[in-house]
Amino acid sequence: MKAISLYQKDYHSEIRTRYAINSLAMFIIVAISVILFSIGSETITQSLTCGLFWVVIFFSAMSGLGRAFVSEEERGTSLALQLIASPFTVFSGKLLFNLILVFAMNTVITILYSALFEKFIVTNTLLFFATFVLGNIGLAVSSTIIAAIIAKAGSKGTLYPVLSFPILLPLILTAVKLTLFSMDGTSFEDYKFELAILVSYDVIMLTASYMLFDFIWKE
Amino acid sequence: MSNFILKAENVTKFFGRRLIFNGIDFEFQNNGIYGIAGPNGSGKSTLVKIIAGITAPSSGNINRILNNKTLLPEEIHNHIGFVSPYLVLYEEFSLWENLLFFAKIRDVEFNEEKIVTLLEKLLLIDRKDDLVKTYSSGMKQRFKFIFALMHSPELIILDEPTSNLDLKGKNEVYKIIQEESINSIVIIASNEESDLELCQEQVLLENYKNKLK
Repeated sequence: MKAISLYQKDYHSEIRTRYAINSLAMFIIVAISVILFSIGSETITQSLTCGLFWVVIFFSAMSGLGRAFVSEEERGTSLALQLIASPFTVFSGKLLFNLILVFAMNTVITILYSALFEKFIVTNTLLFFATFVLGNIGLAVSSTIIAAIIAKAGSKGTLYPVLSFPILLPLILTAVKLTLFSMDGTSFEDYKFELAILVSYDVIMLTASYMLFDFIWKE
Repeated sequence: MSNFILKAENVTKFFGRRLIFNGIDFEFQNNGIYGIAGPNGSGKSTLVKIIAGITAPSSGNINRILNNKTLLPEEIHNHIGFVSPYLVLYEEFSLWENLLFFAKIRDVEFNEEKIVTLLEKLLLIDRKDDLVKTYSSGMKQRFKFIFALMHSPELIILDEPTSNLDLKGKNEVYKIIQEESINSIVIIASNEESDLELCQEQVLLENYKNKLK
C-alpha cells in the first residue's frame, strides 16, 4: 500500500515535470527513424530485426528508467524520501513506476516495429508475450537497482549504460533469441531452456535487488 | 507524554580515515529539549542523520525504544520528525499535496486539524495551495516544520532550525519547539546561541574528537 502511494507520488510528479516521458518518447522516435533511414529499401533478416528491436528497447530503457532515483538525487529530495519510507517501500514504489513505464514504452516500440518493419511478424504470439513480459520485468528490476547505485555518482549519464550493459547482457541476448523463436515457429522443446534462463534472471535480480537496496540507500 | 527513549552507545563516525567523532554516549527519555553543539564541520549534521537512521555509524548503536520495545530500522519513519536546511521537499507540488502524499506514503492518518493549526501558526495557510517552488527560502523552512510535526512524532530532530527565518519566524518556531517538547524529545543541532538556550542538556561534539576507547 505504501509502495503504491509512492508510485502515485512519482506518477503525479512525472505528469508535472515530464522528467522521463519526454526523453523516452524522443529517443524511441529518433532511434526507430534512424534505423528506418539507414535500412532504406533493403530487406533485413528476421534475426537482425529482432536484434535491432532489443537494441532500441535497451537504449530507450537507458534514457528513461534511470530517472527514478536520479531525479530524486538531482532535486535533493532523496532525504525526504529516506525520512518517510523504509528502503523496502522506496524500492517497491520505484520498481512499480519503472515496470509501468517499461511496459508502456515497450508496447509503443512493439506497435511501431509491427507497423514499420515488414519482417517483424510474430507467429508464436504466446512465446512473444512471455518474452515481452519476462524481458520487461528483468529490464525494470535491473534498471531500478542500477539507477539506485549510480544516483549518488558524479557522471550518472555515462555510468548508467556502462554499468547496465554487463548486467543486462544475459537478458538481452536471451530475449533476442526468444523473439526470433517466436517469429520462426520453433517448438517449445527448443526454447524452454531460454525461457527458463529468463525466469531465473528475473528471480535472481529481484531477490538480489531487495537484499542489496538497504545498503545502497543508506549513506 | 510519550514513553520514548533515545539511547546512543559508543557512537563513532569516520569518513574514510578522518575521525568525525568518537565514543558518543547519551540517553534522552520521554520529553525535553536537548542540544548538539559544535563549530562548523564538527559533525552535528552527521550525528543527527545517524540519530534519524539515515546514515549508519562506523561503530556503536543508536537505540530508539518505544513502550519498552526497540524500534526496528524499518519502523522508525513514523516516529521521527526532521528539519534541516539541506532537506528539500517536492517543489512541483503544492504544500497541501506534499503533505497528503507524505501521510499516504507513511500510511498515517492525515490529521487535518493539526496541520491547519500549524499552517496558521507558521503563516502558510494562505499559500497552502501554491506550488512549493514559488516559496521563499524562509517559507520553505517553515514548511519543513509542518512536514516534521504533521504525524506527531516522539522524536523531533532539528538541524539548524532557524536558518533562513526572520525574527518573527524564529520566535514562532521557538514557541512550537517548547510546545512539542512537552510530549516529545526535541534535539536541536545548532551554532546559534538563541537555539541552544532552549536546551536543558547539550552534547558538545568537541569533547568527542580524540577520545580513546
